[in-house]
Amino acid sequence: MPDLLLELFSEEIPARMQAKAADDLRRMVTDKLVAEGLVYEGAKAFATPRRLALTVHGIPVRQPDLKEERRGPRVGGPEPAIQGFLKATGLASLSDAKIQSDKKGDFYIALIEKPGRAAIDVLAEILPVIIRTFPWPKSMRWGARSAKPGSLNWVRPLHAITATFGLETEEPDIVKFSVDGIETGNTTYGHRFLAPAAIQVRRFEDYEAKLLNAKVVLDPERRKDAILTDAKQLAFAQGFELVEDQNLLDEVAGLVEWPVVLMGSFDQEFLATPAEVIRATIRNNQKCFVVSDPKTGKLANKFILVANIEATDGGKTIIAGNERVIRARLSDAKFFYETDLKTKLEDRLPKFEQIVFHEKLGTQAERIKRIERLAAEIAPLVGADVEKAKRAAKLAKADLLTEVVGEFPEVQGLMGKYYALAQGEDPSVAAACEEHYKPQGPADRVPTDPVSVAVALADKIDTLVGFWAIDEKPTGSKDPYALRRAALGVIRLIAENNIRLNLLKVIPKFVVTLLEGDAVKSAESPIAIAPSLLVFFADRLKVQLREQGARHDLVDAVFALGDQDDLLMIVRRVEALGKFLDTDDGKNLLAGTKRASNILAIEEKKDKRTFDGAPEPALYSLGEEKVLAKAIDEVKAEASAAVAKEDFAAAMSAMAKLRPPVDAFFDKVRVNDDDPKVRENRLKLLNEIRSATRAVADFSKIQD
Amino acid sequence: MTEVALLSSPFALIPIPAVDTVPRDSTPPREPDLTMDASLPAHMRPERSFQGFILALQRFWAEQGCVILQPYDMEMGAGTFHPATTLRALGPKPWNAAYVQPSRRPKDGRYGENPNRMQHYYQFQVIMKPSPPNLQQLYLKSLAAIGIDSAVHDIRFVEDDWESPTLGAWGLGWECWCDGMEVSQFTYFQQVAGFECAPVAGELTYGLERLAMYVQGVDRVYDLNFNGRDGADKVTYGDVFLQAEQEYSRHNFEYADTAMLFEQFKMAEEACKKYLAAGWREGGNQKQHLMALPAYDQCIKASHVFNLLDARGVISVTERQSYIFRVRELAKACGEAWVHTEAGGAA
Repeated sequence: MPDLLLELFSEEIPARMQAKAADDLRRMVTDKLVAEGLVYEGAKAFATPRRLALTVHGIPVRQPDLKEERRGPRVGGPEPAIQGFLKATGLASLSDAKIQSDKKGDFYIALIEKPGRAAIDVLAEILPVIIRTFPWPKSMRWGARSAKPGSLNWVRPLHAITATFGLETEEPDIVKFSVDGIETGNTTYGHRFLAPAAIQVRRFEDYEAKLLNAKVVLDPERRKDAILTDAKQLAFAQGFELVEDQNLLDEVAGLVEWPVVLMGSFDQEFLATPAEVIRATIRNNQKCFVVSDPKTGKLANKFILVANIEATDGGKTIIAGNERVIRARLSDAKFFYETDLKTKLEDRLPKFEQIVFHEKLGTQAERIKRIERLAAEIAPLVGADVEKAKRAAKLAKADLLTEVVGEFPEVQGLMGKYYALAQGEDPSVAAACEEHYKPQGPADRVPTDPVSVAVALADKIDTLVGFWAIDEKPTGSKDPYALRRAALGVIRLIAENNIRLNLLKVIPKFVVTLLEGDAVKSAESPIAIAPSLLVFFADRLKVQLREQGARHDLVDAVFALGDQDDLLMIVRRVEALGKFLDTDDGKNLLAGTKRASNILAIEEKKDKRTFDGAPEPALYSLGEEKVLAKAIDEVKAEASAAVAKEDFAAAMSAMAKLRPPVDAFFDKVRVNDDDPKVRENRLKLLNEIRSATRAVADFSKIQD
Repeated sequence: MTEVALLSSPFALIPIPAVDTVPRDSTPPREPDLTMDASLPAHMRPERSFQGFILALQRFWAEQGCVILQPYDMEMGAGTFHPATTLRALGPKPWNAAYVQPSRRPKDGRYGENPNRMQHYYQFQVIMKPSPPNLQQLYLKSLAAIGIDSAVHDIRFVEDDWESPTLGAWGLGWECWCDGMEVSQFTYFQQVAGFECAPVAGELTYGLERLAMYVQGVDRVYDLNFNGRDGADKVTYGDVFLQAEQEYSRHNFEYADTAMLFEQFKMAEEACKKYLAAGWREGGNQKQHLMALPAYDQCIKASHVFNLLDARGVISVTERQSYIFRVRELAKACGEAWVHTEAGGAA
C-alpha cells in the first residue's frame, strides 16, 4: 500500500514548539485519514528548526465503497413523500427501489452505493485544511499576501510544501494542492549554510537520506543522541564530566539541523562565583552546557556549545566568539555577585516598603512582617528556635532585591543562603533562606531543619490566609497564585516531618496573627476564613493521599468521622486502615459491619426511628448475643485506648477481635425476633457494632 | 525580547527580520557583489572603522531598494520609534527604508565605566513592507557585507517575540545570534499602534556597536576605531562619545530637572492630543487627517521624557504602568490619524 510524505518547510520554528508541532501534525493527519475510512499502518513525524515532516505508510489506495440502505415511505404513500424520497436518494424512479415488508407494512428501500475516492484525492482535500488550522501556540502573517484578510497564518513564514504519495516500487505522485499561493511539489532544501541547494525527493526513505547528505539530521532524537554522545566524549577526553541537562538538550537540538559539538573555556577566576550562577549564566544566556571535574564534582572552567555548522576553520572562530560572550556574561555575573555581597541582607529590607506584593495584601515589607510574626508563633510547635525562625523569616526574601536574582530568578533563595552565610548568619537561618520556598511541587524535597520548616509553613500559610481573606480562592482549573501548591506544601511539611498540629485550633490563631494591622484588606471575617481554609486542606490532603495510591474510599471513611483536625493522624489512620483491610479479619469484619449497617438501615426506615442507646443485657437470650456484647465492650475500650495513644495498628488489631463474634451472631441469631423488645435490643446491638468500628473509621464509606 | 516600557535590555536591539535561503514565490533578488571590497581604504572598510561599518550597511540596503534615511531629529529609545518605522509600517503602501538611529536609554548610562552599556548608542534599522520572501537571505548577505562569513561563523535565528507596550505593537521573529552573541533582531510586525499590519512589514535592527566590536575584535566599546585611521589620526569611539556618556549619566541619574520633565510630559501629551483633534478633515466620503506627523512627534517626546523620569527614579511601580498606558494611547491615536493620511493609505 502507498505511503505519504509531507514536509512543511519554513523559516526557523521556535525550539520549544517543535516537538508538539510534530505530534500535532501526525495526530491531525492520521485522525483525518481514519475518519475518511483510510486505515493506515504507521505514522511518524519529525521536526527540525526549519521543517515539520510526516510519513504515513500503508494507506489504502482508495477509500472503501460505502453501501447504504435508506428506508423510504410506505408503498402507496402520499405522492409528495415519494417524490421527496426519490430526490433525496437520487433514484430515477420507484422501479429502482426495493420493497421491504415488515409487520408495519411494505416500504420502499433505496440502495445507495457511494464508491470510495482515491486516497490521493482525499489527501489533497484534508491536508490544506490541516495546514490552515494548525494549532501553533502563536502564529503570524507575512509578505504581500498579508495585505488581504484570510492569508495563511503559520509559526513563521512557510516557504514550501512537499507532498508525495505512492508505492515503494513506483514513482510517487505529488498530492496536488496549494495553500496561500504555495503549490505542493517534491522539492526541499538542505542545510541553510552547508547545503542550501534544492533537493528532489520521492518518498520518506530517500527524503531522509538525501537530507542527511545535505547536512540535515531529520530526527530530533538522533540529533539529541549525537549531541549527548559527542558532548560526553569531548568532556571525557579532557578529563571532565558533562553536567547533563535534559531541558537544555531538548532546546539545543531544536536550534540546529547539523549539530557540531565544541568546547570552550573561561578564566579560572570566575569559578569563585557560585556554581549555580555560572551554570545559569552559561545555560540561560548562551544555551551551553557546563562540565565538572569528576574527582571533586565541582564545575570546571569549560563549557560545551553546539554549533549548527561544520566551520571551515574547524570551529576556532565560533569557539572564540562564544568564549568572548561567555566571558562578558560571567564578568557581569561576577560583578553582580560581588556587588550583592557588599550590602547586608537586612539593609535591603526598606526597599520592600515600595514594592506592592498584591494590591489588597499590602507591600512586601508588610508581608515579611506577617511571616516573621507567624514563624515566631509556629517555631515552638515544630521545635525550632524562635529567634532563629524570626531572623530567617526576616531575611528570607531579601535576596529578591539582589542583582543576581534580578538577572536569574531561578536562583532565588539559593542566593539568599549564600549571602546569609557570607554575612555570618547561623547555618539554620541561611538554610531557611533557601528552603522556605520548598516544597515547590509534589516531587520537590521537603526541608527538615526546624527553622526552615517554621518559615516555610509561615510563608505558605500567610499566602493562603491572605488570598482567602481577599477572596481569591482557586476555582476550577484557575489557580493563579498557586494556592493548591501552597496547601500541598503545608501538608507535606507536616506529614513528612511528623509534626503534630491541631489545625482546627491553630489555623484560627494564625489567621488572627496574620490579619493583625490593616495591611490585608480582608473581605471576609477572620472567623469565616479558618473553616473554609480547613476544608481546602482536607481536599488537598485527599488528593495527595489518592495520588500516593491510598484508596479514596478509605480517605473518605476517615474523613467521615468528622473533627479530623490533625493531618498527621489522618495520614496514619488511612495507612493503618489500608493494611487492616488487606487482612482476612479486616475483610470479614468489614463484611459483618456492612451487613449490620444494611439491616439497620432497612429497619430504621421501616420503624422511622434509630436504634441508638445501650442494649439491655437482660434481654439477651442467646449465647452469641452475650458474647458479641462482651466483645464489643472490650474492643471499644481497647480500640479507644489505642487510638488515644495514636497506635492505629493496635486499634485495628483490636477491631479484628470483633470478627468471630460478629460472624457467629449473624450465623445463629435472627435479628427480627417476634418479640418486639428482643428485636429492638438486637438492633441496638447491631448499632453497637457500627459504633465500635467508628473508633477507627466510618466503615460504611468503604467499598467492597 | 519583550520591550518593557520604553526601555529594553541593555544594548537592546530592535527586532529585525530574517530571510530564507529558499524563496519560493519570488524572483531572486539582484545579486551585486556586496562582500567586502578589498580596494576600499581603511577608513571606509567595515572591519576597520565604525563609520565604514555603517557605510557598508547603508550601501548594502540601498542596493536592495531601500531609501537611505538619516536619523530622526528627536530623542528616542529605539529606531522603531522613528516615524519611518512606526507610522510607515501602517497602511497598504509599500515602503522600504534603512537608517541609523541614535537610541537613548537614560537608565542604561554607566558613566562610561561599563565596557558595553551606554545611555546613547546606534541602531541600524531596516524596514521592508511588505516583508520580501527572501528577507532572511538578505539579512545574511548584509552580514557578509560587513565581514561576517557564514562559513566560519555560527549564525542562528533564535525565537524572540517582540512587544512594545508603549507603541501598542507586537511581532514575531528572532534574535539573530552570531557565535553565541545576539547581534540583531528580526521581526515580522503584526500590529503597530493597535492596528493590524496589512501587509506585514519586516524589521531588522542591528546593534551597531556590538557588531562592530566583534568585527574589530575589541572588548570595550570605547576602543572601537571610529575612523579607521592609525596613529595620531585615529579617532576612537571613546574620543567621540566617552565624555558624553559621563555627562549624560550625571544628567540622567542626578540632575535632570524632574519638575520640568513632569511638566514636559504633560505638555507633550496635551499638545499631541490638541494636534490630533485639530487635524481631522472631512474630505469627500472619507475622513482625513492633516497633522499625524507633528502629533506623533509629541508622542515621541512624551516617551523620552518618561524614560528620563524613570531613570531619575521618581516614578513608582504603579505610576509607571499608567505612564506607559498614556504613551500607548497617544501612539494609538497617532496611528489612527496616520492611516487617514495619504502616506498612510487613505485614498
